[in-house]
Amino acid sequence: MSRKTLYDKLWDQHLVHDDPNGTSLIYIDRHLVHEVTSPQAFEGLHLAGRKFWRTESTVAVPDHNVPTTVDSATVDDPVSRLQIQTLDQNCSHFGVTQFGMSDPRQGIVHIIGPEQGITLPGMTIVCGDSHTSTHGAFGALAFGIGTSEVEHVMATQCLISTKSRNMRIRVDGQLNHGVTAKDVVLSIIGKIGTAGGTGYAIEFAGAVIESLSMEGRMTVCNMTIEAGARAGMIRPDQKTIDYIEGRPYAPKGEMWERAVASWSELVSDDGAVFDKEIVINGAEIRPQITWGTSPEMVVDLEKSVPDPSQEADPTKQEGMQRALEYMGLEPGTPMTSVPLDLVFIGSCTNSRIEDLREAAIVAKGRKVSPDIKQALVVPGSGLVKKQAEEEGLHRVFIDAGFEWRNPGCSMCLAMNADRLQPKERCASTSNRNFEGRQGQGGRTHLVSPAMAAAAAIAGHFTDPASL
Amino acid sequence: MKKFNIHEGIVLPLDRANVDTDAIIPKQFLKSIKRTGFGPNLFDEWRYLDHGEPDQDNSSRPLNPGFVLNQPRYEGASILLARDNFGCGSSREHAPWALLDYGFRCIIAPSFADIFFNNCFKNGILPIVLDIEIVDSLFSRIEESPGFSMRVDLPEQNIIVLDDQSVIDFDIDGFQKDALLQGLDDIGMTLAKADLIRSYEEKRRNITPWLFS
Repeated sequence: MSRKTLYDKLWDQHLVHDDPNGTSLIYIDRHLVHEVTSPQAFEGLHLAGRKFWRTESTVAVPDHNVPTTVDSATVDDPVSRLQIQTLDQNCSHFGVTQFGMSDPRQGIVHIIGPEQGITLPGMTIVCGDSHTSTHGAFGALAFGIGTSEVEHVMATQCLISTKSRNMRIRVDGQLNHGVTAKDVVLSIIGKIGTAGGTGYAIEFAGAVIESLSMEGRMTVCNMTIEAGARAGMIRPDQKTIDYIEGRPYAPKGEMWERAVASWSELVSDDGAVFDKEIVINGAEIRPQITWGTSPEMVVDLEKSVPDPSQEADPTKQEGMQRALEYMGLEPGTPMTSVPLDLVFIGSCTNSRIEDLREAAIVAKGRKVSPDIKQALVVPGSGLVKKQAEEEGLHRVFIDAGFEWRNPGCSMCLAMNADRLQPKERCASTSNRNFEGRQGQGGRTHLVSPAMAAAAAIAGHFTDPASL
Repeated sequence: MKKFNIHEGIVLPLDRANVDTDAIIPKQFLKSIKRTGFGPNLFDEWRYLDHGEPDQDNSSRPLNPGFVLNQPRYEGASILLARDNFGCGSSREHAPWALLDYGFRCIIAPSFADIFFNNCFKNGILPIVLDIEIVDSLFSRIEESPGFSMRVDLPEQNIIVLDDQSVIDFDIDGFQKDALLQGLDDIGMTLAKADLIRSYEEKRRNITPWLFS
């Protein structure tokens, strides 16, 4: 019997047809939809007079454009409002389940999938959003697609695809105190680069990955795309099962027993061959901070802004110089002395309850530095917000001087009103530090929730453990 | 799907690696519910000196003279020469829509991000991967010769540099080549396999019924 990787198994289980032309037809179990990448797909379906293949596989939610200010029940920006209304209309026209803006379950699409039990091990999950890789944390094959493919899935429940190669990244050993899932994934991206995973499906394994909570695993898989791979995944285990059990969309009763039994097979066989394998010692990972305009431009907290003149590759050197100019940084500056203007805690990378707890531990009993103009905490969903409030986390944040907001993508990509002004510098728990990502001219440093909270208190980067 | 066969045009060099989809089309323009009209906002933050918003008259905005797209010698360019990992970042198909709307039909780079690469084919844009040495030499040749143009021949899988008629061969996946040549309708093709999809569903409904409830 041939030995298979987890990815091989997920692929094989969803293979509808291998075409002689070299492509495969892959079946999609779950289709998540948001307002930004779907209107043209719904329109295409409508214009071609085609039907949804299986509406019950689909769940929609507005997240990118929604305002997060607590007092705004309506969307002021007419262009954003039209996009959200278009999702409403399309969902009611085609009969798609939607957690609309006034639904208490509304939130970031990649937060609500797992939260509702919509995301299950062994599934194929797609969404017109590159951070769909998040759901791989449950042992699912989950990846982002473009709008043409969104329409394809709506009409056929399938995708025309070619198989990726297998990569395994093992993080062995144990993390040091104060080092989090975000630091693990940022250090992986620093090591393999933003194109290191291109063409691969990545399985994360090893003692460190196993030790992470489901929230931490989602953070790691979420940023797989930042390493160039469309899909990241982790084998399901008891933690996965415990997380899912009892959630609204999770199977119940006898069906639950059958599902759990089947999930035990979702593991790479001993001796399965990976095209590429990377081993990292977890004990060597330090808290991470990005200094540039690509997630691979990342250093340990204790290090300084790197010097482009030390880089041999001329294209890379030029990229580093441009990044430093954009970021307004000088080579050799210690990261801990970089002053900050804003702090953003949120996004599909880090807005789950555990992320908020991690930040609240640091913020508790302290005050946001007067040098910080604004410190936002944006929970990932209405239910995360509710739970945080039941635990009193909102009081911790509000008392410290953070703004406690409503759920949404918010300042991760600044499609709503939450954005940086030119040259403003932000410690952000999001996933991309691209030029202009958080607002034109804005300067983003990607960090963990604990680091972001510590930076808010100190006004500059500092080891959360030192506070 | 838009067809691609043979295309001839001026080559515009974008000499930076890791050009992400946020740079190709910034987020504020993603609020549109249409597939067209993104061309004037392609590379908006590099191209203009001010901040752009949807529904704005772009003709009166101050241009960044330092950005390659604004240099007169590249006016009317329809082939983009780029660096490694072009199109990284988000899955937004607005990125190829913007490139197409501006007039780009072919993008050449040493490597592309997966989702962007795939999205190009869905929109009649041909992304070509060439060895870094060839890309390097093209960058320097463009520098030397204003109006540098190429003829991209998909059926023959080669590029002809019009200056000296030199030929560069390229590889492409057979299915993607056919899809571009014929302008295939992916959805129609898959729906032709509806019976296969139904029998797959039948089988899986027995094995994993909770995925169908």
